[in-house]
Order: sequence, then C-alpha cells, then structure tokens
Amino acid sequence: MTVTITTPSPTELAVTRSFDAPRALVFDALTKPELLKRWHGAQGWNLIECAVDLRVGGDWRFVSQGPGGIKMGHGGVYQEIDAPARLVYTESYDDQWFEGEALITATLTETAGRTTVRTVLRFGSTEIRDLVAASPMESGISQSYARLDDVLASVSKG
Amino acid sequence: MAVDQLDATFAALADPTRRAILKRLKSGEATVMELAAPFEMSQPAISKHLKVLERAGLISRGRDAQRRPCRLEPGPLKAATDWLENYRRYWEEQYQRLDALLDVLKEET
Repeated sequence: MTVTITTPSPTELAVTRSFDAPRALVFDALTKPELLKRWHGAQGWNLIECAVDLRVGGDWRFVSQGPGGIKMGHGGVYQEIDAPARLVYTESYDDQWFEGEALITATLTETAGRTTVRTVLRFGSTEIRDLVAASPMESGISQSYARLDDVLASVSKG
Repeated sequence: MAVDQLDATFAALADPTRRAILKRLKSGEATVMELAAPFEMSQPAISKHLKVLERAGLISRGRDAQRRPCRLEPGPLKAATDWLENYRRYWEEQYQRLDALLDVLKEET
C-alpha cells in the first residue's frame, strides 16, 4: 500500500493509494468533519477547523495548524457528489501560495473489501502544478520546470 | 540539489529524443554514431542533444578523442525523481493516518 504519483497531463497530478477498508467507510473519512479531523494533514499538521456542506454547490473549509502554530486555511466548492464512488471539488488557499484554484476529482473503487482512491488534481498551468508538487505544504520555490511525464520514471527506474 | 540544476534537468528531459538517448545509455555507454543510428537524424543534430544532456550533467563523455563515448550520470535524474518523491511522501504521511483511523472505524462497525 504505497502512494503512486503520476502526471496524466501537463497540468495534472494523480495520486493513487489503496486502503484496507470498504468504500463507504473511506468516503465517510473523506467527507465527514468529525472523521477528517482525525486524520487530515501531513505530519505535524492538524485540522483545527473543518466545515463541510456536502452538496453540489456547497462549500468546504479547512483550517490546519502546523509546526510553531502556523495556520493555513483552504477551501472550495463541491462540484459533483456521487457517494461513495466519486467526489469533485475546487480548492484554493487563503494565502494564495499558488494562483487560482485546483479542480480535484477523487474516484473510489472497491475490490474484495479494499478501496482504491485515485485523486486527480488539475491546476491552472504546468508551472502551478510543478510548484505544488515541489512544495506541497508551504509557499516556496516558484520555479517552473518542464513537464515531467511517465517517461522520466521509466528512464530512472526501468 | 539546487533549483537551477533541477531546471536544467527538466529542460533537458523535455525533449523526446533526449529521453530516448538516456534510455539507450541505461544499457551501457555508446558513441555518437551508435546513438544516432536509431534516429533519422544527422550526427550533428544528435551531438547538439548530447551537449544539452552533458550541460545538464545527465551524461558525461569519455576522454578517448576518437570515440568520446557517452555515459549516463544517474545523480541529477535521481534528484528529479526525488522532486515527486517529496510530494509522494506528503500524501503517504496523511494516508498512514487515514489507515489508522479506518482500522479504528472498522472495529467500531
């Protein structure tokens, strides 16, 4: 069960991971505030505010607290909800560390009690996509890199 | 790894011919003539690509003045994949917490 990252297009990142739990449970963990608060955020970060209005056109808003008490707010609007199979929503950050908003599509598939979650994040440009990948939780290096496609992985590993 | 080195690496990798050259060099060093063979390209055109790869530190050239064989330099390529590795780790950390929660929830149901 490891995370796989691919670049399906010049503006997208896809994150795939499977979980040893049924799909309905995973969907709940992705959408219910009381559950989100128990896992969401990278190491050292905790969700301290979490509001979810789970309907098309409804808002979601998270505030996370990180190392040294630093706070980061982000949120967006639900675009499509097909529980427990699919969730589409926008995301932007309060401090605008990347420009515009991302469109996020999460697809959940269940096989023999295990659930695979594939999350595709589409950004406004390749530059923004690459910036996010380079520094997932922090505003940082604003450099643009040329497209990294699957060939890179095959060149370096295969 | 400095950011401009990453830029140079990704710029060099942005071209399909250069990626194909790197792939070929994974199976061992090769001369310009050997590298040009599978492409419908002149040797000077291939040499131009090799210069880009060499400047980016992705390959090195042998000393033998006649052959100057090209060799893959794995360092910068690894740094480039580490770039996505960092992002991967960020998700892995979150998802390990989700694993733990799902285990608890399964107990409860």
